[in-house]
Amino acid sequence: MFRLIWFELIKTFTRWRTYIGFIAFGIIVPLVVTGLKLGGQDSFKRHLFSLLQNDFIIGGNVLNGWFFGFFFMGALWVHVPVVLTIVAGDQIAGEGNAGTFRFLLTHSVSRTRIITAKFIVTLIYTAVMVLFIGGLTIGLSLCAFGGGDLLVVRKGILVIQEARLPYLFLMAYGLATLAMFVVSSLCFLFSAFTDNPIGPIIATMAVIIVSIIIISLPFDLFQAVRPYLFVNYFDAWQKVFDDPVPWDIIRMNIAILAGFMITFFLMAVVYFSRKDILS
Amino acid sequence: MLPLNRDKCETFYNDKENAEGTAPSKAMTDIILRTINLTKRYKNRLAVDHLNIEVRQGEIFGFLGPNGAGKSTTIRMILRLIFPTEGDVEIFGASLKEAGQRALANVGAVVEKPAFYGHLSALRNMEILGGLQKPVSRRRIMEYLERVGLAERAGDPVKTYSHGMNQRLGLALILLKEPPLIILDEPTTGLDPQGMKEVRELILALSRERGVTVLLSSHLLYEVEMIATRMAIIHHGRLRVGGSVQDLLKQGPSEVLIKTDRPAEVLQFLKTIDSYSSARIHIGGGINVELDQERIPELNRQLVNAGFNVSALVPQRTLETYFLNLIEGREA
Repeated sequence: MFRLIWFELIKTFTRWRTYIGFIAFGIIVPLVVTGLKLGGQDSFKRHLFSLLQNDFIIGGNVLNGWFFGFFFMGALWVHVPVVLTIVAGDQIAGEGNAGTFRFLLTHSVSRTRIITAKFIVTLIYTAVMVLFIGGLTIGLSLCAFGGGDLLVVRKGILVIQEARLPYLFLMAYGLATLAMFVVSSLCFLFSAFTDNPIGPIIATMAVIIVSIIIISLPFDLFQAVRPYLFVNYFDAWQKVFDDPVPWDIIRMNIAILAGFMITFFLMAVVYFSRKDILS
Repeated sequence: MLPLNRDKCETFYNDKENAEGTAPSKAMTDIILRTINLTKRYKNRLAVDHLNIEVRQGEIFGFLGPNGAGKSTTIRMILRLIFPTEGDVEIFGASLKEAGQRALANVGAVVEKPAFYGHLSALRNMEILGGLQKPVSRRRIMEYLERVGLAERAGDPVKTYSHGMNQRLGLALILLKEPPLIILDEPTTGLDPQGMKEVRELILALSRERGVTVLLSSHLLYEVEMIATRMAIIHHGRLRVGGSVQDLLKQGPSEVLIKTDRPAEVLQFLKTIDSYSSARIHIGGGINVELDQERIPELNRQLVNAGFNVSALVPQRTLETYFLNLIEGREA
C-alpha cells in the first residue's frame, strides 16, 4: 500500500497544476499583507474603532499579526475549495481521460487499493495546501505587524492572550483542514463518475455555492435542511476562539465532517469498483 | 524502427530477479484462457453475445472481427476493465468473478493505444506501472528500455514521444512483467513497416522460444495469418468461426492467379472447361480462377499439356478474403 501511495504522490506532485493553488496563494497573500502594511491597516483601524470606541478603551497593538491571521482565515476559506478541486477532480477522472487505467487496472492490484491510495494522496495534498495557507498568512502577518493579544469580535468581544494563540490557531487549522477534506472527498467522488476532470470541479463548486446560499437565507425550509449540508460545519474552526470553548459542539462537528468524508469516499469506492473502463 | 530481435528475446525471460511468481501452476490444463458465455449488454445493444473462446498454452491466438464486432469489449472483459453482464472468464483456471483482480497476476496486456503519464519520463512510467505488483529495479527497467530502443530517451517526458515510441514503451512494460500470457490489442498500430515486422518477430519468438501464450487482436488480417496458430472471428458480438488458421483457410472455394505469357489465349482455353468457368482477367495482369487449392497441380498439368507457359500459380485465398466473405455472409 505504501508503494501505491508513493506512486500516487509522484504522479500528483510532479504535475504543475498541483502547484497552481500554491502559486495563487503565494502571490495573493503577500500582496494583501503589503497592501495592509502600506495603508490598508488604517482603514481597518478606523472601521474597528468606530465600532468599539464608544464602549471600550482600546490600547496596545490590536491590529497585529494574529488579528490579520484570523482575518485571512475567515476570508479565504471559501476560496480554498477552488484550488483543492483542481487536484481532487483529476485524481480519477484524469486517469480515465488519459487512458492510463488501461495499464493501471490490468494488474493483480485491486481497484479498492488503488482508489484508496489516490484518496490518501488527495487528503495529503489538501492538508499541505491548508497548512501552507495557514503558515503563509500567519507567518507574513506576524512579520509585518508583530505579535500581541488577539481581539475576536464574534458573539461579543473577546481578547485572547498571545500565549494561547499558537495552540488555538493550530486547532483551528486542524478543523479547517477537516472541512476541506470533505470538499476534496466530494470532488473525489464526482471524479469517479466521469472521465472529464473539469466536470468534478464544476460540480463540487456548484454544490458548495448552492449550499452556502441555502444556509445563508433565513427561510424556514432552508434552515430545516441546514444540518444536512456539510458547508454548515465549515466554520467549526471559529469555535475554538469562543470563550468558553464549546468542546462538545466541536467534537460533534468533527464527527459530522468525518462522516461526510468517509461517506463520500465509500461511495467512490463502491461506484468505481464496478465501473466499466471504456476510455 | 523497433530494435527487437530473437537474440534479444532469448534473454527476456532469463532474469533470475523476476523468475519467481510469474510461472503458472504445472497442474493446470493446457487451456489457459477461456471465456464462458461471456456477454456484455449496453442498454438495448448487445456488444458481446455468449462468447466462448479458448486459448491454449503456447499458442498465438488471433482474435478477429470488423470494427464494432466486440473484440475490444471482450478483451476489456478478460482484463476486468469492463464487467460482463453474464458469463465468466477463466485465466489459468481461476475464475475472474471469484478471484477478481488476482486472476490477472500472470497476464500482461496492451489495450488499444498505450497511454502513459505524459509528464513523467519513460523510466518513471515503467517504475510506476511496472512496479504495482512488486518493485522493479531501475537496472531492469533500463535493460528493457534498451531492448525496445528507448534507453536514450528514458529520461524524457513521455508526452514528447511519437505514437510508435509509445507502442514500444507499452511492449517494454508488459515484457518487464514477464507474464506467461500476453494480450495484445492492435500491437502494431502506428509502427512503421520495419517496426511492425519486428513486433511480429518478437511475438513469434516469445511464443516459440519462451512458450508465452499470446492473444492477439488485430485489424491487420494478414498479420494474424502470418503469425497466429489458431483464431476466432467475431461479428456483431457473436463467435462466427474458430479453429486453426490453416484449417480455416482450406474451407470453401479459393482463387488462383495464373501468370502466363498469353493470358487471353489461356482465358479462352479455360472457358472451354466447365470447372474453370469463373476464369477472368486479373486487373494486375494474369488470370483469376476460382479453385480449391488441392486442384492447383491439376490446373498446372492441363495448362502445360495445352502448350502454355505457366510462370506462376499463386493461391489468392487469404484470411482477408475468408474474413470478408464471412462477415458479408457469403460463408457460414
